[in-house]
Amino acid sequence: MALVEAEELVKRFGNLVAVDGISFQVQEGECYGFLGPNGAGKTTTMRMICCTARPTAGVLRVFGLDVPRHARAIKRQLGVVHQAVTLDDALTVRENLVVYGRYFDLTWEEARRRADELLTFAELEARADDRVSKLSGGMQRRLMIARALMANPRLLVLDEPTTGLDPQARHALWDRLRQLKRAGVTQILTTHYMEEAEHLCDRVAIVDHGRIVAEGPPRELVERYVGREVVELQVAGDGALAGAVAEQAAGLAEGFEVAGDRVFLHTRDGEELLHRVRALRLPLEAVVLRRATLEDVFLRLTGRRLRE
Amino acid sequence: MMDFSPVGAFRFWQRNLLIFRKTFAFTVPENFLEPVLYLLALGLGLGAYLREIQGLPYVAFVATGLAASAAMFGATFECTYNAYVQFYYDRSYDAIVTTPLSAEDVAVGEVLWGATRSVIYGTAFLLVVALFGVVRSPWALTLPGVFFVSGVVFSAVALAFTALTPSIDLFTYYFSLWITPMFMFSGIFFPLDALPGWVQTAAWFTPLYHVVRATRALAFGSPAVAVPDLVWLAVVAVAFLPLPAVLLRRRLVQ
Ligand SMILES: Nc1ncnc2c1ncn2[C@@H]1O[C@H](COP(=O)(O)OP(=O)(O)O)[C@@H](O)[C@H]1O
Ligand SMILES: [Mg+2]
Repeated sequence: MALVEAEELVKRFGNLVAVDGISFQVQEGECYGFLGPNGAGKTTTMRMICCTARPTAGVLRVFGLDVPRHARAIKRQLGVVHQAVTLDDALTVRENLVVYGRYFDLTWEEARRRADELLTFAELEARADDRVSKLSGGMQRRLMIARALMANPRLLVLDEPTTGLDPQARHALWDRLRQLKRAGVTQILTTHYMEEAEHLCDRVAIVDHGRIVAEGPPRELVERYVGREVVELQVAGDGALAGAVAEQAAGLAEGFEVAGDRVFLHTRDGEELLHRVRALRLPLEAVVLRRATLEDVFLRLTGRRLRE
Repeated sequence: MMDFSPVGAFRFWQRNLLIFRKTFAFTVPENFLEPVLYLLALGLGLGAYLREIQGLPYVAFVATGLAASAAMFGATFECTYNAYVQFYYDRSYDAIVTTPLSAEDVAVGEVLWGATRSVIYGTAFLLVVALFGVVRSPWALTLPGVFFVSGVVFSAVALAFTALTPSIDLFTYYFSLWITPMFMFSGIFFPLDALPGWVQTAAWFTPLYHVVRATRALAFGSPAVAVPDLVWLAVVAVAFLPLPAVLLRRRLVQ
């Protein structure tokens, strides 16, 4: 069953169109990602799912219930990790969890028991009685996830869960999210890190300017729009020659993109292409062969890179 | 579209109580020591020269007025600075409206909590001054209820301002143009009889004037005198309660 269904969903703020007619479904048990740059409309979409932004047009149903009419019933089964840190600084780590559980009508005892379980899950037992401002960014993020799980949500909504974290903290968080997925928790997350989308998501929607430009399993999207491998050429000098280089090399590849002083050649056989590019003796500073990624898909579909 | 649940408001109130239990020590100076200082300076200092006002010892006159203003400040600090920090800096409200609680639950819970703080500070002050023989009637036992109702008024107005203000700096205007004039001209330190008629009329339209009158009347055992003031406060409390709920919903749900 689809836990979230959106049809031609639109959100405008005055004249600004933040979400411009998107349609998607999130199935029970999957991890569904929105991948796109800042300002693409990811947070606005999450806010509509959480019933804190009212759709301007279109249909949005969560657990089969209409947004925002059934806001309370929807929110009761939702666990939300906001993009900003939204913890109560006056309270300790454990109190943040217990108080949050009370909003879902857990008894004090249930809330305390659940908080202890989740402190273990988030590896925060040792910090249980500290104020949250004393925690590192990664710990605060783990606490936000633990808090979202207090009432055993049917759907976990994560808005840029690892933005601003160092790589180690990011990997620790990914482990938690994969663990939850194995336990059957449906997840919907936004990110502007293509590695994150590839690691965690069963399906991703690539979003730009409030629209979904492509949707599917990450590897399938890469195969469909880019191929298997990419030969990345860094053009010598200030990049003025990039266009000319691309023109010469393009014939050898199945597709290509230019971004600044770089040319990306798409191919199914990287070794072969690498060989033939070298033979051209182009003015290059570096040539790299790598696996094609969602970043290449984004560049191909929008003409821009994810993070500029 | 309003969406209010009493249980939701109560949960939010409980949250604030939990926070208060950890932080109340820091609120004692502004909410409790200040009125005590006013009482010592004016009640005893000025009271040495000015023995009686309206047939009451001056210290008793001031003490009852200051109990009313302690209640006002309790609610006002809560629903201005405290609420603002949680709303804009901690973003706690943003988190709470994605739980089953609605923006209206948060607003009403916050107002009821502000009113609770009115009761706590007004009553605590009253208990201290009662030691000096200032409270003369069992009707004083109804005063916590009066502080609660007036606390709803002060909280609702303050929270409405907090939901509208673009910056924490504007609270200085809230205090200088609204709270302080009320504090000076509600009959706490002197009766308004000697002032121009328009000052008395203006005072009638502000809540503190009525809280001061009701507090004094009940503390000294003339409940009938307090009735019009209590009606005024109850009507305004009920009328203003929805205001912060509407404004907060607009800020939290777009
Ligand atoms: N409350 C709001 N009022 C006005 N504009 C907004 C509001 N929230 C978001 N926007 C605008 O909508 C667009 C999409 O924003 P957002 O959903 O936050 O994107 P993302 O999360 O993908 O970075 C941006 O142009 C942003 O400035
Ligand atoms: Mg965002």
